[in-house]
Amino acid sequence: MSVVIDVAHRAGALQLELRETVPSGFTALVGPSGSGKTTTLNVLAGLTKPERVIVRMGDEVWADTTTGAWVPPHRRRVGYVFQEPRLFPHLTVRQNLLYGARPRERSHANGIAADDVIELLNLAAFLHRRPARLSGGEQQRVALGRALLSNPQLLLLDEPLASVDQAHRLAILPYLDRFRETHRIPTVYVTHAWTEVAGRADHVIELAAGRVVFSGPATAR
Amino acid sequence: MALTAAELTVVWLSLKVAIVATLGGAIPAIAVAWLLARRRFWGRTALNVLVHIPLVVPPVVTGYFLLRILGRQGAIGGWLDAHLGLQFAFRWTGAAIAAAVMAFPLVVRAIRLGFESVDRKVEESAATLGASPWRVFLTITLPLAFPGLAAGLLIGFAKALGEFGATITFVSNIPGETQTLALAIYTQIERPGGEAAASRLIWLSVGISVLALVASELMLRSRQRSDA
Repeated sequence: MSVVIDVAHRAGALQLELRETVPSGFTALVGPSGSGKTTTLNVLAGLTKPERVIVRMGDEVWADTTTGAWVPPHRRRVGYVFQEPRLFPHLTVRQNLLYGARPRERSHANGIAADDVIELLNLAAFLHRRPARLSGGEQQRVALGRALLSNPQLLLLDEPLASVDQAHRLAILPYLDRFRETHRIPTVYVTHAWTEVAGRADHVIELAAGRVVFSGPATAR
Repeated sequence: MALTAAELTVVWLSLKVAIVATLGGAIPAIAVAWLLARRRFWGRTALNVLVHIPLVVPPVVTGYFLLRILGRQGAIGGWLDAHLGLQFAFRWTGAAIAAAVMAFPLVVRAIRLGFESVDRKVEESAATLGASPWRVFLTITLPLAFPGLAAGLLIGFAKALGEFGATITFVSNIPGETQTLALAIYTQIERPGGEAAASRLIWLSVGISVLALVASELMLRSRQRSDA
């Protein structure tokens, strides 16, 4: 399932002009700071409402300012891992992980078993702790698990591993690969570290100052 | 010191008025505080000014407005009396309304600060996890704003307990019906030879206020411990 995005949006100094079809599979979104990568993810998630925007997920219209169509973020079923963990400080790690899992799916969300996620992200040791007592990398692993367990149709990852240490990064990346392959969820991955996406990105979109300067198969870049 | 029957009546009435005023004002105060903290809309400044009026005009003026609006001859009060048999002027329920209105700006300010301290990014992440705006509010915003909420309700209770000017104007000073602690103290001070009775009531009111403060401190502290 591919995602179509067509957006014109001004935010501070940034003028974002983007018209892209993001194919299913793994898309790396790269470019310098301030080039509009995070804004693009926010538009896809519905957290930013631009003056002019069309977002289509497969046959579903998520946003179309020409018709006034607008699906709010909580109905879009995106799994969004932000640059910072944004965990719920008053809930335990376990409660954080299950926040987005629907009640009847708590143990087995769309074939995504909470136990598997907990094991693969190595979270079992601190399920009953509050986020404040976790390191930055541990918090980010919880944020990733929480997004996966929300049973998403689209994964948006904004430098999700920037604060995770090397050893865990090397363990998490193959798991993400398997996860995407099993569940066939289109993924947009924002990063500065080319090594994280080299060899796994199917498609690359490169932004500069709010415009696309390259879009194509990773092999062509 | 054992309390006399008259003193018990005053204390009980004051607590009843203050508790009803605090709880009755809580939901509107939460709603207004949230609107002011989180929404940009036409008339927001006007709402902010309206909420603060009881804080800036003399309490007797607020009491007078309440009488004009909710009294039996009043615009809304007349209708309520004629159709529902509801009367507020010269009733303890009126005293609770006067106390709630006078406390309202203070309560809204504290709760609003509580809401403003909640990171909107955390609310956004809840939305991306499929939580409706109501669920975000109830499970994320409200619990995280709890310190502001508790502070607001405490200051509201204290203000309601001590309210004088709007109360005496709107519901008068009727023993057993509208004579709260502040009004009873005033009555005793005005009465020749009433100093001893007044000082007992004064110490009572100080005691109740300190108790409420200590209770809320303990509540906040036990909550912080459970968060650790």
